[in-house]
Amino acid sequence: MNQHFSSGIAGGQNSLRNYPDDRGRFGQFGGRFVAETLMPVIREVERAYLEIKDDAEFHAELDGYLKNYVGRPSALWYAERLTEHLGGAKIYLKREDLNHTGAHKINSCMGQILLARRMGKTRIIAETGAGQHGVATATVCALFGLPCVIYMGATDVERQKPNVFRMKLLGAEVRPVEAGAGTLKDAMNEALRDWVTNVHDTYYLIGTAAGPHPFPAMVRDFQCVIGNEAKAQLMEAEGRLPDVAIACVGGGSNAIGLFHPFLDEAVKLIGVEAGGHGIDTDKTAASLARGKPGVLHGNLTYLLQNDDGQIQEAHSISAGLDYPGLGPEHSFLFENGRVEYVPINDDEALEAFQLLCRVEGIIPALESAHALAHVTKLAPTLGRDQIILVNLSGRGDKDIFTVAAHTGVTL
Amino acid sequence: MSRIAARFASLKKEGRGALIPFLEAFDPDLETSQAILAGMPAAGADLIEIGMPFTDPMADGPIIQLAGQRGLKAGATLKGTLAMVRRFREADDRTPIVLMGYLNPIVAYGPEAFCQDAAAAGVDGLIAVDLPPEEADLLAPHAAAQGIDIIRLVAPTTDESRLPYVLEGSSGFVYYVSIAGITGTRTASSADLSAAIPRVRKFTDLPIAIGFGIRTPEQAANATEIADAAIVASALIDTLARTLDEDGRALPGTVDAVLDQVRALAEAVRGVRVAA
Repeated sequence: MNQHFSSGIAGGQNSLRNYPDDRGRFGQFGGRFVAETLMPVIREVERAYLEIKDDAEFHAELDGYLKNYVGRPSALWYAERLTEHLGGAKIYLKREDLNHTGAHKINSCMGQILLARRMGKTRIIAETGAGQHGVATATVCALFGLPCVIYMGATDVERQKPNVFRMKLLGAEVRPVEAGAGTLKDAMNEALRDWVTNVHDTYYLIGTAAGPHPFPAMVRDFQCVIGNEAKAQLMEAEGRLPDVAIACVGGGSNAIGLFHPFLDEAVKLIGVEAGGHGIDTDKTAASLARGKPGVLHGNLTYLLQNDDGQIQEAHSISAGLDYPGLGPEHSFLFENGRVEYVPINDDEALEAFQLLCRVEGIIPALESAHALAHVTKLAPTLGRDQIILVNLSGRGDKDIFTVAAHTGVTL
Repeated sequence: MSRIAARFASLKKEGRGALIPFLEAFDPDLETSQAILAGMPAAGADLIEIGMPFTDPMADGPIIQLAGQRGLKAGATLKGTLAMVRRFREADDRTPIVLMGYLNPIVAYGPEAFCQDAAAAGVDGLIAVDLPPEEADLLAPHAAAQGIDIIRLVAPTTDESRLPYVLEGSSGFVYYVSIAGITGTRTASSADLSAAIPRVRKFTDLPIAIGFGIRTPEQAANATEIADAAIVASALIDTLARTLDEDGRALPGTVDAVLDQVRALAEAVRGVRVAA
């Protein structure tokens, strides 16, 4: 089931799958905008990554862990009751929530920890928003006995207590970041400051398909297992590809992992941004709908910012989408129109969250609930012969306190 | 000859190194930072570095992070920072001014327009922390067209295979980041610097300034013995911050406290004679 990155349907000369270029650019987006102190290690990561990209031994090792530790392939579930409820297209859920640690994040963590070990790095740091990436990172660090420091915004520490405790149980040190609004952006700043200070022995295990090159490409490649599996599973179930594939986009790693294997196919791709209170308010995380291109955290990409180029605080009910930017490949796919990006607001995500619980017996992550909310709008408009593939990127156990609070329930 | 080149040439004749103090624009308000800027040359600043506040200063420690936040709260913008330089130039046409900051505000302004306006305001050099040589084409051609120096950072992690590449597009002076880390935290040892600076010197004729972690007059003097200039930032901001009231506002002693410290640093730097 697992495939090397170079296999699958090879991109042709004009394929959208051929990016980034040698400078780490997806069109104008991407690049490596970091301080000189970090450039040598960024180049070192790039060299190490290019070495393993097509290395059969590395991939055999990774595939072994994905199969026997993560539990891949993840199931593809035909959501029959949801399909009936919405009364339109057939809906398939790619069950990344069933992975060990409960989200897609582990796919990339497993790949990156093996890379870090090859590079001889002995200390791992990471940033986390919802805590899913932090938990996945703490998990692989426990598995390989490496010390692990997780940076997490103080606001997120408060709203994601179960995941904070999970990380601690797994032996990680969680450092709350008070700066700014205390969310993912601030956690990433602090992780970069740690890296610059401890660059000699530390590997920064970035959680999303963003940051300086090669991280956007590398994280994408490790996440493409989602789209590659779904493609094969849907061929088996239906004998054809989906008409539409949908995923939520914060930094965008689960979405790019789902989309990338379909870029050259006749499949409509839709990324769902977090609209927060609405894209016409200042409480939003919809970087494409409301932002413009700029440079932050090592890459050139769409960012929420004011006219002076100061970064604005994002807002989303979902901590994992609460970030004022997104991965550079999404900016590229937005500008060239290959992927359509739509916003979903907090209340719509909450509704979809509860719907999936009731009709499918699955508690989705609030992040994934954004993708589901768009499915609830789109499916009824499509014929029953159409197929929607949606990435259920994570499970929602971590979100029950947030949902309770927003629905007026005291736990 | 640019102001930066002229200043280093005249210091060479004097047989001493340069003191480059730093202030954050609009910290804690426009008037106070303008007064500190105006007073710096008389207090002994040979060149001056002005920080351009940014919401997400990834290379800075807590002291400069807070300075940036105070500056932004006081309304700092790039336009406002350039206006500060323009006012400074009405009284001082010789002290070089270098702006230091992060790329995004410059991208938002438009790199070409920014370099034009900066040159017109009297800016001599630019340091963009998150612009490594790999990405320099975003800014360098526009800066060169306006005669503005792009001052590149060299770090302890920049090895000899990379140094020529980094230094190739450098102009004005070279900024040696003395520690692998963020601003205002640790201080490099004299032994480390004595080993590092000759390594950089092998690849460039430009003056070398040492920054990150220089806090005391003794450390500044030592840096100019080993290199050509000492940059002092966090220590000065720390002094400024200590003078503010509990709401972060300047008090009557704020400007003098910072300038007194510049004076002490300058005295130490001027006490060091190096072979011309």
